[in-house]
Amino acid sequence: MKKFLALLLSAVMVLSLAACGDSGSSSSTSAPAASTSGSDTSSSSDFKVGAILVGDENEGYTYAHMQGIEAACKALGIDTTTNLIYKYSVKEDQSCYDAAVDLAEQGCNVIFANSFGHETYIMQAAQEYPDIYFAHATGTHAKTQGLTNFCNYFDNIYEARYVSGIVAGLKLKEMMDSGAVTDPYIGYVGAYPYAEVVSGYTAFFLGIRSIVPTAHMDVTYTNSWFDITAEGEAAKALISRGCVIIGQHADSTGAPSAVQAAHDSGNANVFSVGYNVDMLSVAPDVALTSPQNNWEVAYEEIIKTAMDGGTLKSDYCNGYAENGVMISTLGSACASGTQEAVDAAIAAIKDGSLHVFDTSTFTCQPAKDVKGNVVNDGSMGYIVDGNGVVTSAFATDTDGNNINDADEAIADGYYHESYFQSAPSFSLRIDGITELN
Amino acid sequence: MSSPVAEHSEPLIHVSKRVGISRGKSWAIRGAALVLALVISGLVIFSIVHLSPLKVYGAMFEGAFGTSRRAWVTIRDAMMMLCIAVGLAPAFKMRFWNIGAEGQILVGGIATAACMIYLGGSLPTPALLVVMLIVSVIAGGVWGLIPGVFKARWGTNETLFTLMMNYVAIQLTSYAVSKWETPVGSNSVGIINQTSRAGWFPTIFGQAYTLNVVIVLALAILMYIYLKYSKQGYEISVVGDSENTARYAGINVRKVYIRTMFLSGAICGIAGFLAISGSSHTISVDTAGGRGFTAIIVAWLAKFNTFVMILFSFLLMFLEKGAVEIASRYNLNNFVSNMITGILLFCILGSEFFINYKVSFRHKHS
Repeated sequence: MKKFLALLLSAVMVLSLAACGDSGSSSSTSAPAASTSGSDTSSSSDFKVGAILVGDENEGYTYAHMQGIEAACKALGIDTTTNLIYKYSVKEDQSCYDAAVDLAEQGCNVIFANSFGHETYIMQAAQEYPDIYFAHATGTHAKTQGLTNFCNYFDNIYEARYVSGIVAGLKLKEMMDSGAVTDPYIGYVGAYPYAEVVSGYTAFFLGIRSIVPTAHMDVTYTNSWFDITAEGEAAKALISRGCVIIGQHADSTGAPSAVQAAHDSGNANVFSVGYNVDMLSVAPDVALTSPQNNWEVAYEEIIKTAMDGGTLKSDYCNGYAENGVMISTLGSACASGTQEAVDAAIAAIKDGSLHVFDTSTFTCQPAKDVKGNVVNDGSMGYIVDGNGVVTSAFATDTDGNNINDADEAIADGYYHESYFQSAPSFSLRIDGITELN
Repeated sequence: MSSPVAEHSEPLIHVSKRVGISRGKSWAIRGAALVLALVISGLVIFSIVHLSPLKVYGAMFEGAFGTSRRAWVTIRDAMMMLCIAVGLAPAFKMRFWNIGAEGQILVGGIATAACMIYLGGSLPTPALLVVMLIVSVIAGGVWGLIPGVFKARWGTNETLFTLMMNYVAIQLTSYAVSKWETPVGSNSVGIINQTSRAGWFPTIFGQAYTLNVVIVLALAILMYIYLKYSKQGYEISVVGDSENTARYAGINVRKVYIRTMFLSGAICGIAGFLAISGSSHTISVDTAGGRGFTAIIVAWLAKFNTFVMILFSFLLMFLEKGAVEIASRYNLNNFVSNMITGILLFCILGSEFFINYKVSFRHKHS
């Protein structure tokens, strides 16, 4: 009997708690409801945006996307508390399709997904909901699939990576001029060995080499977009090999933290270039800068098109000229004169006088087939001349054999990156860069 | 050291093993644990995010069962969980710690995906489904058989062995992904046979997941009968209770180990088949996604009764889907929902202590 009474008492407690919780929250939610009804956003009040995110706000890449979506919604008068629905930490499998369909059933008019592996699932949902707009970041299928309600978007992040390379190059030059460093050895922590990453580190390297022509770089892949431990370990290994600048195309703070730790333990000659987020908070003494995407531009374009019921382009891609990319605040460790060099490079990229993948600035070895025979007829995706200068390179793989076979990207003396599609296509392995794994 | 009063003092709390407990009483204790869990979670939710717990629970329910599509997704995932738990049941009943379900799922998945990719164009889907079922059974079965044979012949530690087999399976999956990924280096296979749908479970009665339910429920019923009424099932429980007794009774213990581990692995292999062909249509190292471990909780909580497992599979999936919904709706981080799941599991697992042991307080002597 006593037990029963105790049980009853606890049940009453829950109910009373629930009751007071109820009244508390309803009074707090009524305030914003009243304010939105009084505002002038009535035209877009029923327009809903859904976003499928591979991580949450604790992950730099996703955080940047959330910032972009929210800024775009605010600019277009969409209430982010009621008409923006996030799905967090969605894996790259069936759960992505489930999430997309669930957002569609919740009445979203445009649905975004931000991770490479989401693409096929988003396309599946796009086929089933032809009246809803779907957009996928970093993907490659919109151009060839012919779905009118599906598009890809990305930024010319290679431009910002080139500029961050200039920042790193100036630091490298400073260290070499002072005699602190004799070997201009760069390390790079990459995620996966495919075009998006290859394009990024090549741009970064070319930026450095525009300042220090003798620089050479090693790349280590972690085979994960977000793995703090693996990225830290990779950075440590590169530092122990003698690298003095550590760049990254991976989403965590692992590498900058490892560089800061090396600095704290007495190695004063190693510095970090991050990605996505300002790394000064985790690596105040060694972070030089981070290339960043300003996703707001693409989000605003796509949401606007959807609100107007317009026709989607297959690809949305913005660079410095459209304010789609940037680099974060320069760290205190940067060499003097860096800001001026950065501004000059950005201006040159904007006015078209500087091309990141200028074929006169790099050389490649001719392609080889699986038996090791040289195949320099374009059937392996590119052709080099006798000096190793690339004279022809395809940007698109149309038959799915993973060798690019369409869209000649070399014209006017440079590789047209993100020109035919928003996703990066530059996957040439240039001389001076060594892939360690 | 001992004081004179010590002989009179009795500990404040006295724990004794229960001799027998009625079924009704044990379920009442479990029910009380559930209520307690909801109360504690309610307190946590209210104190951290100042939301009404009832509202949050309501949102969780809507997330899991709010629309028919959500309900089917919950059912599909609960069936997956149930399938793995059914696979683990015979092994654990034998006191064979098979923590290698993850690996057994993955190799079953690799076999299934390979069939979809290489035979997708040449076999009609019904025949392909049968082929995939058979190869996934063989793949998962062999993955379970290996630690079984080593335990039977050389007495190796099955906990470590099955665990290490998981890592081998993960590496094999990585290899398969790198072989099938598009584009090369991206680590993403994408949807297999997206346009032809070869090797996908067919839509039956307007539902894509009917076949998942049919297969898993059939397995659950068969496993219940096998464990409860067959001679082999009896042998499993005797071996589990005491290997020496089993040997004395003339049971070939080695044979039971090997046979049961093949069975356990084979059903986990079928779970891999369901994951690839019946749901995700892709393969990655996350295909098992920790479910091979979670299913151990399901199997143990249900005391290897496959019908009770249905209940716990749904409870866990309800928590998972509900968690996703409250994260999305109230902009809570996923961690808040993980806390709720943690509190619930802690209370339910903790209730087993009170079912097995009686706690009595010191009676006051005047």
